[in-house]
Amino acid sequence: MSTVAERATARDRPVARRLWLRRSPVRRFVGRLGFWLLITVIFVYALFPFYWAVRSAFTPEGQLFDTPIKYFPSHPTLTNFREIFSTSFFTRALLNSTLVAGSVTLMALVIGSLAAYALGRFRFRGRSAVLYLMLSMTIFPQIAILGALYTMMRDFHLYDRLGSLILSYMIFTLPFTIEVLTSFMRALPGDLEEAAYVDGATPLQVFYKVLLPLIAPGLVTTGLLAFISAWNEYLYAISFIQSTDKYTVPLAITSFVGKTGSAFQVPWGQIMAATVVVTLPLITATLILQRRILAGLTAGAVKG
Amino acid sequence: MSSVATPAPTPRRRRRTRLQRRQTRLAWLLLLPALAAVAFVAIYPLGKTVYQSFTDQEFLAGVSPTKWVGLHNYFGASGIWHDADFRHSIVVTIKFTLITVSFEFVLGLIIALVVNSSFRGRGAMRAVMLVPWAIPTVVAAQMWKWMLDDTFGVVSDLGKKAHILSRSNAPSWLADHPLMSVSAVDIWKTTPFVALLLLAGLQVIPTDLYEAAAVDGANKLHQFWRITLPLLVPAILVTLIFRTLDALRVFDVFYVFFGNRPDTQTMAIYDQSTIVGDGLVGYGAALSVAIFLVISLFVVIYVTVMRVGDQA
Repeated sequence: MSTVAERATARDRPVARRLWLRRSPVRRFVGRLGFWLLITVIFVYALFPFYWAVRSAFTPEGQLFDTPIKYFPSHPTLTNFREIFSTSFFTRALLNSTLVAGSVTLMALVIGSLAAYALGRFRFRGRSAVLYLMLSMTIFPQIAILGALYTMMRDFHLYDRLGSLILSYMIFTLPFTIEVLTSFMRALPGDLEEAAYVDGATPLQVFYKVLLPLIAPGLVTTGLLAFISAWNEYLYAISFIQSTDKYTVPLAITSFVGKTGSAFQVPWGQIMAATVVVTLPLITATLILQRRILAGLTAGAVKG
Repeated sequence: MSSVATPAPTPRRRRRTRLQRRQTRLAWLLLLPALAAVAFVAIYPLGKTVYQSFTDQEFLAGVSPTKWVGLHNYFGASGIWHDADFRHSIVVTIKFTLITVSFEFVLGLIIALVVNSSFRGRGAMRAVMLVPWAIPTVVAAQMWKWMLDDTFGVVSDLGKKAHILSRSNAPSWLADHPLMSVSAVDIWKTTPFVALLLLAGLQVIPTDLYEAAAVDGANKLHQFWRITLPLLVPAILVTLIFRTLDALRVFDVFYVFFGNRPDTQTMAIYDQSTIVGDGLVGYGAALSVAIFLVISLFVVIYVTVMRVGDQA
């Protein structure tokens, strides 16, 4: 209330106003309050949907469709979790996704680190051309080659096989991996390498005995990013996979059918349980490695 | 055996040394798997797509062999040029792009500015902001689809509790406001990420600039317009480009919410259902090329804006 009075007097004394207001404890308090209110809003906004998934996953299926809706389950149960693990539908999808994302990550890291060694530690003609090629690949819209890949997968008998996904996911994981690992390779000092050469090491020995251990943090970060993007991919998965036993996690999550088998009875409890199971490892890994991920993700944007 | 760090000090480089030749050969050898993979999964399919777009290739049993049809897929009577469905999908996609990118940018900038001030728990805040980013788009879409449920959804419930929505006549989000519903998911998932990118840009602005401005009597708003915003422009542009390109190829959220319902098809969904659903590979390839051109148009616009900005 006092602020109104303050403002009235302040108008008469424009010079003093700023000093007076800045020092006012009321204003300071309101400022702090507003600030923390904003922080809280951001915090709740970012986390609430995930909380809601957790809450729904622990709520018995019957109670989910009670009104008024409860913001905290009165009788939390594990029924939904037990339900999704009782059939092979979801466990199979977890296995498939782990297999696909794991293979993609491994291949991208092996092929990518070899390429990054060449691009980061050697000087040769065509080097910047290759780097440009990789850069242009990272902004490549995947839809642009869907038709061609679709026919290729059929021609190579990879259609409806996990191999089709492992192969096609290289498009968005490999160029990115190469770029980030190249920047890591380039940042290393030359002396260690020289010392190894003096001791008679071959280039390949230098690669895996000296350089690889040094860029291990980069490998972990890019590996995680590649894993996440392969784990999340939906467009190619829905286009190349048909049988339910080859489903990856995104496919499974969008095709849960309730016990009744009716399309109108969506088993939201189970879907939310699956959601929690699928995201928890990703969130954990992300939080553990958050600093490195941030550095990896923002490097390009800041350099501009 | 020199590396980048120690270029061999050859006084005259008329002929390349054996060492250099060996090094070059080794480099290309190391690059071979990567180049082979990129050629096989990206460059070859891209060429194939362009070729297919000039044919009438189909994927149904018992169709006549594929013929070369020239520009028929593009400008023929039933070509893309006259395809009302595709035109509609472009409109849907561009609307979605404009809504999400502008919301994400404004909200992201506000969040970045708030989190950029030093306070206790700033690290935790940044970690929290990565959570939506780490959640798969499809999963996020499912979470929101449930939250936006007409009768049992929490969004309607909160709206009623806050007396924003009437108790008796709450909207059916997905049916009545399809674009808004989809955008809500994307904005939730991506705003924190945009904020993190802008935050990284904010943190490289030297603090003594603000101190100098404060000494000169510039208030916070002045400082924002005269220092923060101009110095943030590179980060803003890169963020906007990446977000726009991402939004233009949107597939997941729309597909989870609406499948390939004609009125809510994005460019990517229309193309995907043409190729995989209808088996029209030739026409789908032409659509791919068209989508590629639409996206390139946006890249050109951005690059032009950036150039003009540089000269100013």
